[in-house]
Amino acid sequence: MRVNLHIDGAEAVAEIDRPGESLLSTLRDRLGLTGSKNACEQGECGSCTVLLDGAPVCACLVATAQCEGREVKTVVGAVPRPVRDAFVQCGAVQCGFCTPGLLVAVADLLDREPDPSDPEIREALAGNLCRCTGYEKIIDAVHTAAATLAGEPR
Amino acid sequence: MPDPATTPGPQDRPVAGPAPGRSDTAARIRDGAPQSEKDASSAPDHDAVRPTRGSGRLIGGTGRVPSGTVGQSPIRPESEAKVNGAFDYASDLAFPDMLWGNTLRSPHPRALIRSIDTAAALALPGVAAVLTAADVPGKLHYGLIEADQPVLAPDQVNYQGEPVAIVAAETLDLARRAADLVTVDYEVLEPRCDADEAAAAGEYFRYQPVRIGDPDTAGAAVVVAREYEVGMQDQAPLGPESGVAVPVEGGLVLHVATQWLHSDLDQIAPCLGLEPERLHLSMAGIGGAFGAREDLSVQIHMAMLAMRTGRPVKMMYDRAESFLGHVHRHPARMRYEHGADADGRLVYVKARIVLDGGAYASTTEAVVGNAASLAVGPYNVEHVSVDAWGARTNNPPCGAMRGFGGVQTCFAYESQMDALADALGLDPREIRRRNALARGDKLITGQVVDAYDPDEAPAGQPFSPLRDLLDRFDGIPVPPVPAGRDIVELPGGTGNTTHGEGVRRGVGYGVGLKNICYSEGFDDYSTAHVRLELGGPEHGGEPVAYLHTAAAEVGQGHWNLQQQIARTELGVEHVVLLPNDTRAGSAGSSSASRQSYMTGGAVKAACEAVRELWRDRDLADGPIEATRVFRHRATKPMDPVTGQGESHVQLALCVHRATVDVDVELGLVKVVDLTCVQDVGKALNPVALEGQIHGGTAQGLGLAVMEEIVTDAGRVRNASFTDYLIPTILDMPPMRLRIVENADPDAPYGLRGAGEPPTLSSTPAIVAAIRDATGLPLARVPVRPEHLTVGRPS
Repeated sequence: MRVNLHIDGAEAVAEIDRPGESLLSTLRDRLGLTGSKNACEQGECGSCTVLLDGAPVCACLVATAQCEGREVKTVVGAVPRPVRDAFVQCGAVQCGFCTPGLLVAVADLLDREPDPSDPEIREALAGNLCRCTGYEKIIDAVHTAAATLAGEPR
Repeated sequence: MPDPATTPGPQDRPVAGPAPGRSDTAARIRDGAPQSEKDASSAPDHDAVRPTRGSGRLIGGTGRVPSGTVGQSPIRPESEAKVNGAFDYASDLAFPDMLWGNTLRSPHPRALIRSIDTAAALALPGVAAVLTAADVPGKLHYGLIEADQPVLAPDQVNYQGEPVAIVAAETLDLARRAADLVTVDYEVLEPRCDADEAAAAGEYFRYQPVRIGDPDTAGAAVVVAREYEVGMQDQAPLGPESGVAVPVEGGLVLHVATQWLHSDLDQIAPCLGLEPERLHLSMAGIGGAFGAREDLSVQIHMAMLAMRTGRPVKMMYDRAESFLGHVHRHPARMRYEHGADADGRLVYVKARIVLDGGAYASTTEAVVGNAASLAVGPYNVEHVSVDAWGARTNNPPCGAMRGFGGVQTCFAYESQMDALADALGLDPREIRRRNALARGDKLITGQVVDAYDPDEAPAGQPFSPLRDLLDRFDGIPVPPVPAGRDIVELPGGTGNTTHGEGVRRGVGYGVGLKNICYSEGFDDYSTAHVRLELGGPEHGGEPVAYLHTAAAEVGQGHWNLQQQIARTELGVEHVVLLPNDTRAGSAGSSSASRQSYMTGGAVKAACEAVRELWRDRDLADGPIEATRVFRHRATKPMDPVTGQGESHVQLALCVHRATVDVDVELGLVKVVDLTCVQDVGKALNPVALEGQIHGGTAQGLGLAVMEEIVTDAGRVRNASFTDYLIPTILDMPPMRLRIVENADPDAPYGLRGAGEPPTLSSTPAIVAAIRDATGLPLARVPVRPEHLTVGRPS
């Protein structure tokens, strides 16, 4: 079946041959968009988090067949520059495999709550596993990004 | 298709200079930490900086000091690619006309293979190859230390998940379906799953005793004897095992994510029946390692399929297969007996340590050496009897994981120190202080503690690196219980399980002692090539240093450090990292906390050589090049009967204090604070260093309270992130760090390896804190809720 998608501001067409094909599989294996990572395919790790019509979802748990005409934003299109910069500057990126999903989740959080507290950050990112950092510098990065964004015209 | 010249992307990038002020300050004010601690946590303890010998001039041939040198925290060269989705991990690679490989694995922990029928799989349209042991082109076995692991099981399987057949097909989905169509006729055998029984029956990879003095006649005022258990932990790197084998004229190019390219090459080539020169290994982006990428996974299989089909073949494990497809941390059973005098000074230690190595050797031999030589930790004791085994069973193979044999015994000996302190009414820090090794003292192997400047001690006393770390907690108070906490801050969190009535607070300490670099006489070295030339217009005509090594960037920040070293030694701004591959000499493994020491040392030496040549030459006359091989000081094997021998290169210490809240009615634990004091010798990149300590601490927390691969008669029961829990951001407390720089005069820049020690010490600290909160003895990790509720004293 043919599915039309808007991905990071561009139109894309996916010809899928399995009705259960996940959005993650379509992005990575069919369209070659490997920014979203595959680490568990069970919705446990959050590495594949994307915004689907503005809502954060695990792309591995969404069927592409459900996405006709919908807007998908990955790490490429969902993340304001200051969020990326904060991750880089604060040392929140080590191996980086969890980073694309985390960045999308942080972008979503800061869109809803421009100045989140530590508990709010922890709650918002509880679905994103990171094995390298112990999360400490990720929390730093969210605060830094929030401060930078607060100083920019919104 | 990835561009081989740029994948995965360690290229020259503008250096942003030191990272801007960290936001810890704001975060920690909300955590209620006093100002002095925030300062300590966000910067190295520069009061403690000691001069280092042989640290080299800071100004190179340009006579300038560029930004982003050793001691600063420039941004990582690969970080932009990692935040915009462009960084190519092994699982992101794709090539034209590429096939997908898949592995058929044994469902049985132990069985004979009567026959394998591949006809139905081969008949499936789109299937290009189905291979079994009969198709292995060269040697049938491989292994890191001993080649005992079959490439594909020939006639018998020895653990659940052992590879039996491999398939290549047009899509991953087809390859999986084809693997399902391979019929294997097994004769199922009873698996041997008890490591103690295996060791007693002589089924072990190594037995290593340590003997000093006479523990049986040494008199002690107080004796504590306990048994401890450590569950099987998994490295669980987020990036799955993956790679692509590409046939080229005369051989193969293998794109792999590994910790040690040259060890892979040495194991792969004989099994493929190819001369090593016909294989080129190119490093693909690595999504974490922690030991899981020391042993081979997809490498030989994808190469066999590519050789058979003549097409590129990609393999990528899903999470369930990943849990079966790499080795784990050895589970351990340990019986310890500590005797001390009335002042708490150790008189003797007896320890019986059984590590379960599973079905194949992997690195068990070296893990046993670490467990035995570090079996009592950083404490003085004259009478010791240690017996350590690495058993062979039909459980999943175990090998390298961060901490490597030091983690298991650390949990036991630190628990014993607390038990002695309890018996004597001593403070846990005080008993450790009284027994702490000092400069000139000996480990139980007879190795003298050196590599600390002798003039650092208070008057008349030899310097004790452990006492130094313990004393620093004096200035770091335990966080108070906040008034009026929201119930989501209590154990159980948003589960709304308590209003605090059953919640008890506890505090505990843990000390970890880890050997850095490879021990026991191993010829451990790294190689670096440096070429300095005048840059083109893109570099403003300024000198550019090109660095070529085979060292694996697993996330620790090693690429960044190489650039920092080159800037420091050569005084140049522009440092380009060439892709890591087997054209460079071996760098050894990104393991044993050794890469800063070893490849850092090699890059430093090569840069120094270039700098010397540069004195007499003009770059306009042509590039200046040097290759240097760096070796640490020689070590010796442990004596097979007494365990004696100067077996270690460098020792590193870390101390944790954990504060926990425990709901004693429900058995729920919330770690509310982890404070860490670690001696790193020299902080080469403070931000990356802090990240290593944070991450190592988190993996120790995981082992303390949640992480375990559960097996039942050799079968893994929880091969998924749904059932194998790793710490989330809600599980991790704020971490306060005090970084101490007691330089090692023998090491480059005075550094001490830093990645592993925190993984040792955080586990016993957390368990000690849970004991403090509950009064329970707790002799097993991970601590589960039922350990805290069943049999709880009322």
